Amino acid sequence: MRLALATLRRLLRLGLILLCVAGVSFGLMMASPVDPVDAYLGPLAAQVSPEQRELIAQRWGFDDPAPLQFGRWLQQLMSGNLGVSHVYNQPVGEVIGQRFTRSIALLGSAWLLSLLLGFTLGVMAGAKERSPLDKVISAYAYVTASTPTFWLALLGVLLFSVYLGWAPACCAGPVGVPSQDIHLATRLHHLVLPVSTLTLLGTASITLHTRARMVALMRSDIATHAFAQGATRADIAWRHGVRHASLPALTLALASLGELFGGSILIEQVFAYPGLGQATVEAGLRSDVPLLLGIALFTTLFVSIGNMLADSLYHMVDPRMRRPRKPGSIAS
Amino acid sequence: MLRIEQLSLALPYYPRFWRRRYATHLDQLSFSVAAGSVHAVVGASGAGKSLLAHTIMGLLPKGAQLGGSCFFKETPLDEPRKRALRGRELALIPQSLSALDPLARSQHQVNWAARRAGLAPASARQTVCQALAHYQLDERARRAYPHELSGGMARRVLTAMAHVTQASLVIADEPTVGLDPAQRGRVLDALAALTRQGKAVMLISHDLRHALNIADRVTVMHEGRCVETADASAFQGTGQTLKSAYARALWQALPDNAFTIDTEYARESHFA
Repeated sequence: MRLALATLRRLLRLGLILLCVAGVSFGLMMASPVDPVDAYLGPLAAQVSPEQRELIAQRWGFDDPAPLQFGRWLQQLMSGNLGVSHVYNQPVGEVIGQRFTRSIALLGSAWLLSLLLGFTLGVMAGAKERSPLDKVISAYAYVTASTPTFWLALLGVLLFSVYLGWAPACCAGPVGVPSQDIHLATRLHHLVLPVSTLTLLGTASITLHTRARMVALMRSDIATHAFAQGATRADIAWRHGVRHASLPALTLALASLGELFGGSILIEQVFAYPGLGQATVEAGLRSDVPLLLGIALFTTLFVSIGNMLADSLYHMVDPRMRRPRKPGSIAS
Repeated sequence: MLRIEQLSLALPYYPRFWRRRYATHLDQLSFSVAAGSVHAVVGASGAGKSLLAHTIMGLLPKGAQLGGSCFFKETPLDEPRKRALRGRELALIPQSLSALDPLARSQHQVNWAARRAGLAPASARQTVCQALAHYQLDERARRAYPHELSGGMARRVLTAMAHVTQASLVIADEPTVGLDPAQRGRVLDALAALTRQGKAVMLISHDLRHALNIADRVTVMHEGRCVETADASAFQGTGQTLKSAYARALWQALPDNAFTIDTEYARESHFA
């Protein structure tokens, strides 16, 4: 019952957030110099008379007041119609769906790898502060934390694709081959470089936060008590450390979904990877208003769900956050 | 069981960040704890009681300077031996309840203590069950997380963790702080029960009155020095059999006794 209620409340909040984002992005589009008629006509714009343009604008209802237009758009959204992207000549829903399945392979694997790698490195570094291992890992984390994504990606392409020729320099598959004919191994081969670049960068912040939590734990009464029980550092790191350090790591990983999204835009540009990030750039450059709005809403949904997951996982890991089954603590 | 001779401890501090000085926290401490007895170490806060416990357990931070010697079962207790024996022959019941891991169930923590003492998984489980039952921790308390336990129950979990190690010397650091009289009685009784199995208990307390309930011998500490070690029976009446003025003053100052500060002692020291 309580679970159902909590879920309902969360869904309601999610709906509100989506509504706000829809409103703001719609307003921004209205305020932007983008002319949907121009964008729609593209190179044909020169051949169309002002009267014809007027006719299109009237037909599309651009003369109506903004709230009315917004309402009409919302109505269409509710019925599942996101509009048609003129850049890809496809319904927006389909474009996002296709692009997202490609992006999620890149994003998801990079995210998972950076979480696992970052957490492991953080625990290992924090278990013994100022040990040689800690110094090496910290130095690595500080360097990568301050490295720009696109720069590292460029270096990666230069070294591994151009100089060494180990990895393909672009795209999700060989150029000119239809996507259904691409073998899985080929797809993975194309993913290796972008995924490693994103992982390398995503690892740093998780490592540093996990390490900080571990260092604090190793100085705490909990660790002193464990040492008094004859525990080794590895024992403490395993039994206590993993639990304590997973809290910041999880929050950070799930909250950074949005950041990863931003990072993937750059990475997909550099590697010419046909994912959602690249579609965003295309939509922006070529004034594809329906696609841009669709992506904004989709990203909001994605990031919000990430945060919701973080919230519920927190409750699972930390018993102090759960509500007591009965009010008050157990009395003896 | 435990013999301490001329034990001194100095810890580094940094008056300016490039200068290191040492502050003396324990000064030529000597006493011994006999098997099957409760030895109370009493003193005001800052007297160095907890540091003494940490010294014996080998839990001091790096850079600590130790002098004098410790003997455990007549063998010198040096740092490597402390590390080898703690959790097995030496057990500590810590002062703060924050020593319990808030993210783990109490029965797991007791089980970890048993495993760290070198017990095999099966025998550890059995020992843990017995210990939990012994300290009257029911199924709910066993499955509870530390924040769900009352102060008394958390103390008993900590005591159970020391109990399962089968250590022959148990150091209890202020085990009765913040407990009501009934809970306090239970915790002290549990400690006294350990001595009946031939174990030695070193009871650290700032509260002389409660310590005397179970103590056989009492060491009074003041500013890192051992003021006096006497039988518990010496603390009665006006405390005339006590040799040192400080111990006598401490005894006199209790509400049940004169509730005064010995003027003679106050004059000869900076106590006033």
